[in-house]
Amino acid sequence: MKFGVATSSAAEALFSNPLRSLLTMLGIIIGVASVMVMMSIGEGAKAQIDKQISSVGTNVLTLRPGNMNRGGRNQGGGSGRPFAESDIAALTQLPFVQAATGTLSQSANAVSEEANWVSTIQGGDASYFDVNNWRVSEGREFTAQEVQSGAAVAVLGKTAAANLFPNGRAIGQRIRVNSVPIEVIGILESKGQSGGFGGDRDDTMVAPLGMVRNRITGGNRQVSRHVSGIQVLVQDGYEVLDAQEDITTLMRERRKIQPGEQDNFAVVNFADMIKQRAAATETMSMLLAFTAAVSLIVGGVGVMNIMLVSVTERTREIGLRMAIGARGGDILLQFLFEAIALCTLGGLIGMAMGWVGVFAYAQIANSPMMVSPIIIATALGAAASVGLIFGFFPARRAAQLDPIQALRHD
Amino acid sequence: MANDTIAKDRPIISCRNLSKIYKMGDEEVRALDGVDLDIAEGEFVAIMGPSGSGKSSLMNLIGALDRPTSGEMWISGRALSEMSRDDLADLRNETLGFVFQQFNLLARQDAFQNVRLPLRYARRDLGDSDARAKECLQMVGLGDRMDHRPMQLSGGQQQRVAIARALANRPRILLADEPTGALDTKTTDEIMHLMQDLNRQGITVVVITHENEVAAYAGRKIHFRDGRIESDTAHPDVQRASGARP
Repeated sequence: MKFGVATSSAAEALFSNPLRSLLTMLGIIIGVASVMVMMSIGEGAKAQIDKQISSVGTNVLTLRPGNMNRGGRNQGGGSGRPFAESDIAALTQLPFVQAATGTLSQSANAVSEEANWVSTIQGGDASYFDVNNWRVSEGREFTAQEVQSGAAVAVLGKTAAANLFPNGRAIGQRIRVNSVPIEVIGILESKGQSGGFGGDRDDTMVAPLGMVRNRITGGNRQVSRHVSGIQVLVQDGYEVLDAQEDITTLMRERRKIQPGEQDNFAVVNFADMIKQRAAATETMSMLLAFTAAVSLIVGGVGVMNIMLVSVTERTREIGLRMAIGARGGDILLQFLFEAIALCTLGGLIGMAMGWVGVFAYAQIANSPMMVSPIIIATALGAAASVGLIFGFFPARRAAQLDPIQALRHD
Repeated sequence: MANDTIAKDRPIISCRNLSKIYKMGDEEVRALDGVDLDIAEGEFVAIMGPSGSGKSSLMNLIGALDRPTSGEMWISGRALSEMSRDDLADLRNETLGFVFQQFNLLARQDAFQNVRLPLRYARRDLGDSDARAKECLQMVGLGDRMDHRPMQLSGGQQQRVAIARALANRPRILLADEPTGALDTKTTDEIMHLMQDLNRQGITVVVITHENEVAAYAGRKIHFRDGRIESDTAHPDVQRASGARP
């Protein structure tokens, strides 16, 4: 088959009637533009989720008390019996546990010499920073000794620090948290938005657990030296799911839960939760992809329609080409190229429009813009495939014309 | 010389008991009814007859554009009934050149591109196609009109472009279906002189016409009536090209 003559005549046909070509391409343009936008938003969301997972850590398990039923009424998440510091000690004994920290938090009013700020005070052990893979960018972390002695020190998240000390120089300063004087010893590096997991993770103050319990949150009536949650860092290479099971077994024992009775606590892998949420995003993407596919198909039908018209209009030309020696395959290729060229050009225009759309979305939704080569290749490939699929029937029709009838066609 | 002898012995176009029947509703129309015909290489043949006599049907069959209902035909020794659609396309490309009454030039392409078209469909190597297209246009006296589109050319010039296109692949047979039907007397003479020249160069020419002035250029006149050959006469004044050679 002769590619040269097919490509040149396809290009010629395309530009001989620009308005008609443009109208035909409209469906493809819209389809490709929506493919672009859909994929870019999907990729952007995926990148965000990946970032979140890496900020939470895939091998961190979080223990939370279960819901408490009182008089048949569910008291809501975390209302059940809290954990005790002895639980943390027991968990640390497990061979696969690299580090564990209790957590105890409360919303608190912080006052510096410069400003007031309502934030969260987070009680933790010295291993809090290891477990959360969260380091100070300035100053230092509190030590195990300071935790032991209940030192009134705190490490501030970026947001809390910025609001309490708009002029900087927070380290060494004294703040009052719910009237308790506390010394700022460090500032944590930024973790950013956690997208649904408590909003801004940097709006926090981390302080020794015992001090927070004794002087800010107060104790628990049922459990002495209680913690509201435990975070466990599982050793690298150990299956997190196995760890989850072992921890559940241990905690059921410690909380004296009879076989057959339900857990009154939960062992959660936040990375898993984020992944589940990602799956929901994926479903949304699939829906959008379906919409894009439908508009591509509608566009393809439009292309097929115009190609059939074009074949009819140019029947005499086809007859002439056959008379001077074009094989059926040559004619097939010519019209197929025309359809593919039409769709690819539409795809390029659609891509440009999609790019604008993605850019606009990124500005409005303040989400990262992701236009990868894969997206471009997919969008163009989809357009060309539509041309190939929907151009085939008209092209075959042209190729199968009877030369003499085609020549006699008016 | 040996080649000439072979060519004369084995006609370049040969038809045996050729029939073409069209079905128009319930009626059968016998466009061709058992035609036997031989045309030797180098002949200049005029096919004449009233409309509906079967001359166009014969032309379509000789041009490998159509297949007969029955009978067999050979073109340069090859039986057409044994050839596939693609083989027929290649035969049209390599061996046959067509000239139509309505010129059938591609309106969006200039003269040069029109002439080059058959070369682009050629499957055998014909050398530099651009050079060949120019050469053919010069041959028909349009060397200075190569970048003109059909609309910018007169009827006679358009037909010259069509002839140049027919010549591009160095065919052995030139088939012309009423080539002067859309032209005035003066241009008719020019076109027919051109055909005569080509015939003198050794190309077999078959022309369908109903004009005696046109048929006068041919060395042999075949009259059709009702799908049959009514008469087949050699023109006394015009010698066959092959016979004219020493």
